[in-house]
Order: sequence, then structure tokens, then C-alpha cells
Amino acid sequence: MSGWEPVIGLEVHVELATQTKMFCACTVSFGDPPNLHTCPVCLAHPGALPVVNQRAVEYAVRIALALGCTVRPRNVFHRKNYFYPDLPKAYQISQYDEPLAVDGAFDYWVGDERLSCRINRVHMEEDAAKLVHSGESGRIAGSDYSLVDFNRGGTPLIEIVTEPDIASPEAAREFLNQMRNLLVELGVSQCIMEEGQIRWDANISVRPAGSTTLGVRTELKNMNSFRFLQQALESEIPRQTAILEAGGTIDQETLHFDPETGTTSSLRSKEEAHDYRYFPEPDLVPLVMDPAFVEEIRAAQPELPAARIERFVRDYGLSRYDAFVLGAQGPLARFYEAAASGADPKLTANWTMGEYLAHINAAGLEPGHGHVTPARLAALVGLVVDGVISGSAAKQVFALMAEERAEPQEIVETHGLGQISDEGALDAVVARVVADNPAQADQFRAGKEQLLGYFVGLVMKATQGRANPKLANDLVRKALGK
Amino acid sequence: MSALDPLRLTALEARRLLIEGEVSAAELTKVYLDQIERVEGDVHAYILVADDDAAKYATKIDSEMGAQRGALAGLPTAIKDNMVTEGTVTTCASKILAGYQPIYTATAVRKLFDDHVVMLGKTNLDEFAMGSSTENSSVAVTHNPWDLGTVPGGSSGGSAAAVAAGEALWALGSDTGGSIRQPAALCGIVGMKPTYGTVSRYGLIAFASSLDQIGPLARSVADCALLLQHIVGRDPRDSTSVELPAPVQVPTAESLEGLRLGIPREYLGSGVEQGVRDRFEATVALIEKLGGRCAETTLPHTEYALPAYYIIAPAEASANLARFDGVRYGYRAAGADDLIEMYERTRGEGFGAEVKRRIMIGTYALSSGYYDAYYGQAQKVRTLVRRDFASAFDQFDLLISPTSPTVAFPIGSRTADPLAMYMSDICTIPVNLAGLPAISIPCGLADGLPVGFQFMGPAFSENLILRAAHALERAIGFDTAPTFRAASEEAPS
Ligand SMILES: [Zn+2]
Repeated sequence: MSGWEPVIGLEVHVELATQTKMFCACTVSFGDPPNLHTCPVCLAHPGALPVVNQRAVEYAVRIALALGCTVRPRNVFHRKNYFYPDLPKAYQISQYDEPLAVDGAFDYWVGDERLSCRINRVHMEEDAAKLVHSGESGRIAGSDYSLVDFNRGGTPLIEIVTEPDIASPEAAREFLNQMRNLLVELGVSQCIMEEGQIRWDANISVRPAGSTTLGVRTELKNMNSFRFLQQALESEIPRQTAILEAGGTIDQETLHFDPETGTTSSLRSKEEAHDYRYFPEPDLVPLVMDPAFVEEIRAAQPELPAARIERFVRDYGLSRYDAFVLGAQGPLARFYEAAASGADPKLTANWTMGEYLAHINAAGLEPGHGHVTPARLAALVGLVVDGVISGSAAKQVFALMAEERAEPQEIVETHGLGQISDEGALDAVVARVVADNPAQADQFRAGKEQLLGYFVGLVMKATQGRANPKLANDLVRKALGK
Repeated sequence: MSALDPLRLTALEARRLLIEGEVSAAELTKVYLDQIERVEGDVHAYILVADDDAAKYATKIDSEMGAQRGALAGLPTAIKDNMVTEGTVTTCASKILAGYQPIYTATAVRKLFDDHVVMLGKTNLDEFAMGSSTENSSVAVTHNPWDLGTVPGGSSGGSAAAVAAGEALWALGSDTGGSIRQPAALCGIVGMKPTYGTVSRYGLIAFASSLDQIGPLARSVADCALLLQHIVGRDPRDSTSVELPAPVQVPTAESLEGLRLGIPREYLGSGVEQGVRDRFEATVALIEKLGGRCAETTLPHTEYALPAYYIIAPAEASANLARFDGVRYGYRAAGADDLIEMYERTRGEGFGAEVKRRIMIGTYALSSGYYDAYYGQAQKVRTLVRRDFASAFDQFDLLISPTSPTVAFPIGSRTADPLAMYMSDICTIPVNLAGLPAISIPCGLADGLPVGFQFMGPAFSENLILRAAHALERAIGFDTAPTFRAASEEAPS
């Protein structure tokens, strides 16, 4: 990259899947009629006061611990002041210089390379309401009127801020993808990107390769597409590099990415120049973290994807790539582990990554759903290992298993797919095949060994692939006197 | 029944008459509605008088409730108009909330409703409780029932004037820097600011969240105790609320024997009028006669309390009042072309001058680059003020002072000079910064106008304060019936 390297940092926002909002008892919901889930608190009626959602704190601590952060013993909410119709109090209750947790790290993979990104902080805040602007553009400028849906307003939101440790757009994308897996695994959010349940700001600067100082950065705000993020960052690197190589300077500004053109453009910086006038939220007392509460959460943490991938390599002898494919996401990992507990782990891994993934992708199923249960897949692998069915028959069994609710053994029987390993039954077939091809038989006897495959193929064809290939081999040789 | 004098009747006595059947809730309520009819045109204590609802509800108490009656059933009560009441317009005396119908009821008010008080109406205040004279109301100027040419104090001036004028048996007010005690003092009644957190702020329209506290205004210390008893308690809707360590007792003490009382010398500075000083010193002498031991002490950071207060309170207010943006409720300026213009015109037209002044001060104090010099410093002063009190309470059970450096001042005399107005609260503000309880009781007249006497105590010392104030009140024997001196009359010298 002509001697310049990018430096990328992320701020990830995650809506928590708590039952109720961050500071009131309203239900957190998606897709309900507008303004159904509102109350004096989340509509900011005069006199209403916030009360911290304890479950949200618990979820936030789960995230903080999963990222190896130090949960601070005392943390404070601040008011972040600005006027906008989606912010009814005209301040967001957020955290500022005394956040929930600090100093963690997140490990993730790009291909076979394991990378680590330091986490600066994890803090709690509340989401804004949703604005619906009239008119074509969907933006407030130029619209005749705008409507506010407060259902989303006050949803618990976690912000995860990284250090600028990410060295490529691809790594940024992988970081977010794997962060999303982690958050889903923790059970704290469904992270549905289309709903904005996970979204992020990215900042990027470039510097001479090997330099340790940071250049001036630009920011891409409020993104929720991995692909657009990568494209935006990829377009930003040459733009900044060209400016610097020409002796220019980068303006610190917020950029808008246009997916149509694949380029970034500057947002008017005046509208972005906020003084948020942070000050401690006097309506809430500082949150004092009981160490026992934190330890209880730590003890109940599920196994996280990174640890699980390591374990798959270690315990099942999988390659790192296979372990990553199977271990990165909880539902598939659980499916695989359940199946592998009843059959050869490596063969089971091949079947899970091959036929099974193709099947659920085609059918649009979540791992673990549909007729193919872990027990059935394990049984199918068992039938292959035991020589009851051939590999090709197994694929037919799998296809049938995906369509009907039946055990593989039953399918083998009802569809007559069992391997023919009975010498008497195959002898007749072999004899007929040899008798029908006298010329080739003579050539074989004369030494043309390659014709063995020809005869075995004919036997397989005559048995619809059910002949035990090894037995068929032996019998053909015997019949041809070799 | 005809003997009931709303200018002297206490809530305890009224409750006894109701319980013993000597008067009905409807009759009692009528006494107050009649008095409102008679004097409200001079006093302007109320923004809204709920006469029909009050009369109907009192009749319902008499006819339907029987044994189900709450502990305060039938007692005619006034509520400061910065506490939201579902279905009853609540305005905070601001144009920006003109006609606003709350969708819920403040916890403290809800508790009184659960005890079946009769709400007579919503009382006037300085807009958003910002002021010391009730002149900063967009609705009306309230007049002091002792001298109709003077202010009742503020910001709970409507509540204080209503009680003093016999337009309510008692009332709820709120105290951010003296807003209960100073008007109680100027109107010759009793007003108490409890320890921060003991009364829920849920539904109290916030001025300065870390300072605001709801409390009672009444004709006697015992009445204050009774009303306080029914509004205290931890509220799950207010994270800053706490449970009092012991229940509030209605005091009966008559002695001050052995009580150590400190007089902070900073509270008797040159701003204290001679008349007030004389009444205070006479009262100190009376306390000594009752067995109390008074001695001078010091709260060395007092001089910084006022400036710190005028940073912290406006800073919090600047955020608290940001929600009045014309989007969801209240006033919205018509005809704006875009969002910013709508905000600017709504707030420009909706807020009064004093509210705008404080929003601007607060916004400035929180601005990037100024935060440490203003808000940060003010918070440090607050800590020092707290420590001052803590070390004084190592030596004294309670502290005493005048409540206000002056008696009621003429209407209009300080409106042009905000700093002079701010000085009205010099003796009351430090207690709010420290979150402590305090009470003001009348200790006599100066130039025919009431003088307030303040007891201040450590956190949660409500019962001790109430006992001491009650004993002193008995000894003073102040007649709470005001003179209704007409505005033009010359004060006797
Ligand atoms: Zn709500």
C-alpha cells in the first residue's frame, strides 16, 4: 500500500434484549404500532424520573467480562445535552468519565491469523426514539413534517469503544462480525442489523507504515452493514493517502458513505459541532458494583466463541478453519457438538460443514431446526463408518432425512439403500456382468488391469450403487481368475 | 361550626373535629372555599381553585367512605403548582406549560390523595420555582396577607400565602434554596424542608434535581409534622429517595432542656435587618429560659454557598428545562419554518425572563472549557459547606438563625436587581447544598411583618427539629392570623 497503513477504531452500539427499557418499565419491542410502549419517563413528561434497569446492568457486565474489561466498582451516569426531536428530555442519559468498565481486549480471526484489539471502555446509555420524515429523501431537511415513534426511545444501549488497533478494512469487518457472534452468544442482544440492534461508528486515519504516531482521523457514523463499512474504509484509505502524499492535511470530520457511488463525502461539519455539556445525572445515584454480583455473573458466563474454537481444535482434532466455521456461532456449534458426541468428530465435522450447512442455508433454517437432528446426523455417520451404507447412498439418505421426519436406519430400509455385502447376492451380479462383456474380460485376463474399475462400475450400476465396493472388487477379480 | 376560624384553625384540631363528627368534610371544605371567595381577589394565592371538585369530593368522603376514610380524610389542602396532578392542569406558573394536563400524579400528592385529603387547588409560584417573591409568575403576583403591598416570599409564595390567609388548612411546597422556609417566614407560618431524599421527587417538576425537596407549610409545627408523616418514604420511582430511619412523630415536647444550639455567626451578617436581628435575639433569650444552651459557632464557607448555589441550580435547570421544546406537550410557537426556529421561538416566547437568565447561566457554566472553573468549583464548595455543617454538628444538636435577613419587602422593590433578590435566600441555601433538614417558625413581628426563626439539623434529624420547634412555638405563642393590611397603608413604626 505504497508505504501507508490504515489505523481503524470502532465504537459499537448494541441494543440490549431486556424486557423493559433502560430507565422505565415500558416493554422493549420491535414492529409494534408507534408510541404504544411509552410512559411519563420515556416521553420526558414534567416531573418524571429515571430508574436504572438492573437487568440491563447485568447484561452490560456480561459484555464487559466477556471482553476482559475491569468492571469499575463505582460508576456514574451523565447527561449528554442536545436538542433533537428523537431525544425527549433533550439530554441522553449516558456515561462519561466514570463508565461501567474499562481496559479489555477482544480476540478475533482474519483467516488463520488470530488478532487482538484493545477495548477502551464499555458504557451504558439509552437509545433515542425513531424519526420518520415525510418526503422522498427520508431525511429531515426538506421534509414537510416528521413523526416521532417513542417505542424505541429509552431502549438500553451499550457502547463498546475500541482502541485504534485495527489495521485493515477486512479486519474491521471480521472484528464486527465476530463481536456480533459474541454478543448473540452472551444472550444480551439479538443483534439484528436491519433493526439497528447493532450499529457502529468507525474512525480511520493513515500513517507511514511502521510509524507509531496517529494521523488525523475521519469518522463514519451510524453504520449497520458489514459490506458498506468495508467499502467505505477501502475508499477512505486511498483518499487520505493521496491527500497526504500531495502534502495536504486531513480534516477531522464526519463522513457519509454513499453505497451507490462507493465513495465518502463530508457532512456539513457545523451541524456536527456539539458541545454536549456533560454533567453527572443528579436524578440517579452512582452505581456501586457489588463484587459478589460481578462474580456471580462471571461464574454464569457461557463459553465464548474464541475459547470454543480453541477447544474444537484441541478436543476434536479439527483444523483451525473447520473449528472456526463450526465454533464461531453458538447454534451451529451446539448442533455439531451434540452430533459429534455420538459419532466420529472429524467425519461429523465434514458432514456438518458440507451437507448440513448446505441444507439449512437452502431451506433458510437456523442450525438445530428442521428434521435433521444431531442424533440423526450422528446415526447417519455411524452407518457409513460401519459400512452399512456407502458414501453415495449416505447422501441420498441425508436428502431424504432433510425432507421427512425419519431415522436414517429407517430410510435405508424403506428405500432399500443398504450396502450389499452378501457374497452370494453379489456373485450372480458379477457373473452376469462378466458374461455380458467377454471381450473386456479377455483383455483383463491378458493384463489390462485398468478394466477392473470398468467391471466394478458395472456391478455398482446394476445394484444402484449399493454393492460393497471392496467386496465387488474382490469378486470381480475372482470371477476373472486373478 | 360557625366558630371555625380559618385564620387560626390547625390541622390537628380540624382532624379531631372531623373524627368526632363535630364538623363534616363538606362543612370544613366550605369554610376554606368561602375564605378563598372572600380574600383571593386580594391575595392571588392560587393559579387554579378546584372548588367544584373539592366540594364534591368532601361530600363523597362524608357520605360514602365511612370506616374506609384515610388518616387525613377531609382536610382541605393546597398543592404548589409544580407538582403534577393527573387531570388537573399543572403549569409551574409558566406560559410554556399553559393548559398542560399531566398524565400522572406526583408521588407525594398521590400519598395525600390516598389519605383522602381534599385538594382545594394549585398554588402560585415563581415560574419553575425560580425566585424568592412569587413575582416571577406568568399568571399573577401573589400578595402577602400581612401587608398586601408586600411579597409573600417565594417560590412557594402561593402555598404560604394560602395557608396564612386561611385559604387552605395547610399546603405542600418545594424548597430548592429556601422556597418553603423563606415564604413561610415572610407569611408568618411554619414551613419545613426535610432531609434530601426523604420525600419522593417523582412528579415534582424539576428545577434543580440535587437540591429540590417537597415539604409541608402549615399553621403549626405539629401540623407540619402530621403532613410530613404522610408524604415521606422511599419511592421506587425516585432513585434518590430514602427511608427515614424512624417514623416522623407529631411533637408534644415543651422543654428545650439540655439542647445545644449553635448560632453560625455568618448568618447574622450586615444584610440582616435590625428588626429581624432584634426578634432573633429575643428568641434566643427565650430559648435559654426554656433550658436550651445557645452559643456562637462558625460555618466558614457560608459566603461561597450563594455563588455555588447559583452555579449548580442553574446548571441542573438548564438541562431539566430542555424538555420543554414544543414537540410533545405544552406551548408551541406557531408558524416556524423549521425545527430550530420552532425551538427558539417556543422557548423564547414560553419562558419568562428569570427562567431564561438561569438557563443561560447554567448553560454557560456547563460549557466545554468553563465546566471546571464553574460547575467543578461549585461542587467543591458544596463539599466544603457539607463539612462545615458536619463539624458544627459535632458540637451542637441543632443550629439556629433567622430564616430570612429581611421581612416581606414591597412588591416590585427587587425585581430590577436579581442579586438583591438572590440575597433573600442567604440563610436558607446552605442547608439545600448540604441536603439537610430545616424548619422556619414565626418568632414575632417587626414593623408589623412576621419574622422567621430557623432550626437546622443533621440529616434525618426531623424529629429532633420538630420537637425543638414545637417547644419554642408554644413559648412564643405567635398569633398566626394575618392583618391583611391594605397596600396603601403606612406601616406602623
Ligand atoms: Zn417508558
